[in-house]
Amino acid sequence: MKGLLPFKVERRAVPSGGMVLLVSLLAIVAALAVAAGLFQAYGVSPVRAYGLIVRGALGSPLGLAETVRRATPLLLCGVGLTIAFRALFWNIGAEGQLLLGAVAATGVGLFSGLPDALLLPAMFLAGFLAGAAWGLVPAILKAKLGLNDVITTLMMNYVAMYLVEWLIHGPWKGTQMRGFAYTDKLPDVARLSFIPGTRTPWLTLALGLALAFVAYILVTRTRQGFEIRVVGENPDAARFAGINQVKTILLVMLVSGGLAGLAGVGEIAGVHGMLRSSGQISMGYGYTAIIVAWLARRNPLAVIATSLFFGVIMAGGDVIKSSLGLPFQLINVFNGLILFFLIGSEVLMRYRVSWSGRRR
Amino acid sequence: MGWETWVIATLARTLAYGTPLLLGTLGEIYAERSGVLNLGVEGMMIMGAFSAFAVASTTGNPWLGILAAALVGGAFSLVHAFACITLKANQVVSGLSLTMLGLGLSGVLGRGWEGKPLPVPLGEITVPGLSAIPILGPVLFQGQNLLVYLTLLLVPLLWFVLYRTRTGITIRSVGENPGTADSLGVNVARVRYLCVLVGGMLAGVAGGYLTVAYRPSWTEGMTAGMGWIVIALTIFAFWNPAMGLVGAYLFAALYHLSFRLQPWVAPELLRAMPYAFAILALVLVARGTLHKRMGAPAALGLPYTRGEE
Repeated sequence: MKGLLPFKVERRAVPSGGMVLLVSLLAIVAALAVAAGLFQAYGVSPVRAYGLIVRGALGSPLGLAETVRRATPLLLCGVGLTIAFRALFWNIGAEGQLLLGAVAATGVGLFSGLPDALLLPAMFLAGFLAGAAWGLVPAILKAKLGLNDVITTLMMNYVAMYLVEWLIHGPWKGTQMRGFAYTDKLPDVARLSFIPGTRTPWLTLALGLALAFVAYILVTRTRQGFEIRVVGENPDAARFAGINQVKTILLVMLVSGGLAGLAGVGEIAGVHGMLRSSGQISMGYGYTAIIVAWLARRNPLAVIATSLFFGVIMAGGDVIKSSLGLPFQLINVFNGLILFFLIGSEVLMRYRVSWSGRRR
Repeated sequence: MGWETWVIATLARTLAYGTPLLLGTLGEIYAERSGVLNLGVEGMMIMGAFSAFAVASTTGNPWLGILAAALVGGAFSLVHAFACITLKANQVVSGLSLTMLGLGLSGVLGRGWEGKPLPVPLGEITVPGLSAIPILGPVLFQGQNLLVYLTLLLVPLLWFVLYRTRTGITIRSVGENPGTADSLGVNVARVRYLCVLVGGMLAGVAGGYLTVAYRPSWTEGMTAGMGWIVIALTIFAFWNPAMGLVGAYLFAALYHLSFRLQPWVAPELLRAMPYAFAILALVLVARGTLHKRMGAPAALGLPYTRGEE
């Protein structure tokens, strides 16, 4: 075969950064193209639909604020997931960990009786711990008993969902609004302030951005980050090198669950101001964050970009839902498609095409 | 309510609820035995559920609905097979995206079908004579449908194929050691494609059973995590169809018994119980720490490329 073609295709061990970006963009374009077919099937011009999404999510200051509001929980959950996925711990449970963070924040905000100045910090702490605890259960079950992490984290999502339902229908049901399954409203001191002129809390956004940097340093510049990667890529080598795998798994899930918990605090203190049904609190942030982390190729810094991208999709999804009457579930179809094309195209990254004249 | 009626009601509902779990589990056992983990069961099931409902409503024939469910479930599984076997993509992520796709697509397509009852549900059968047997008669031979019996028949059949035939040896060898199977002339990719397809069709039928027989109507997201419970049951069953039968009906029995706690426990907490049970079931069969679980196919989750292991 050598010399027959003007270029040659070789397998390569580590894909180049440019190739990763190119292939990721191709995957997104392919998903957008298939989704365009769906719009067409609904009798909506894809050009018009995409135009509405982009204009709705990015075209005005308010649209942009809405995009950022949706991107914030995705950022927090996504950064945590990149760390879990690096250790090949399949945390599918960010959704439940987020909900537990929301529950803890509501509990502290409504019932702790702490002085005003301490209330918000205590809510953040409690949210982190609750999310981390919810994540540590599957971590312990995997580290100690070898239980499948996908299943345990997923099952815990359902348990968290019904826990929230129970609280808002039962013991925490509010007295301010009769007939609704909400808790009472949090006091004003337990609420986050907004970016001026918007309804987008700035603290959780800043926290997410800062944590993305911290996580990036952790995974690329520290021994701990190196150990996480070895445990994920080669457990045998990790054992041989004396890396404590149990400790590593617990650590990644402490961080991953905790960050999802913080996202839950943000939704309570920054967006809703009360605990309500899980579908309203989260809208699948924990699941979408899986794609956010995967699209970022498990790089915490890249999550800033990918979470923003999905913020656009979610905010734009609201726009086409209200102005074109299209079902919101189209977003899930689109998310599934992107994930598929993303992993399907990974095979491309394992090869290098080079012109035979030049050698690099 | 006398104890007899109570036992009969509980067992009959166990049989009815356990059937879709068993169907899905049998399918996933075949896929995983060949080395392909398919976490898309939930997505294939919900697509099967919707297709069965739509086709049965349109044609007026519930069996055509079941057929459609099998075909759609199978078609969905082939997407996963293509990604994992041909493109050698990550099986966990591919399965997850299949589930998202299925939940989303069925939600989009099913919008206009929501809340309508199915005029032609699968007929209930009463076996004359046998239904007169005390307790077992009313449980097994009264008010169940043909799909329940077919599923029960499938268990010995799939067990026999897996453990007593050449085909079964081939499937298991592909899941344990694809390199050796390949060197013996087995077409690893083809075996895996077929097993994933069987798994997809059974998951589709499991979904179809829900909308055509169990609760003849369509609601968005009505599988409510059953597909994930199937994956837990597959592990619980040690990848053995006979154990799958035990696991699925045991789980279904616990599910119904937990609802008997209604006077004492809040309904929301009762609804959380099946998911907690699933974790508990896995804890019960867990062996050892990070080492390979007993009975898991050695090559489960690993793509196969000739000459590369």
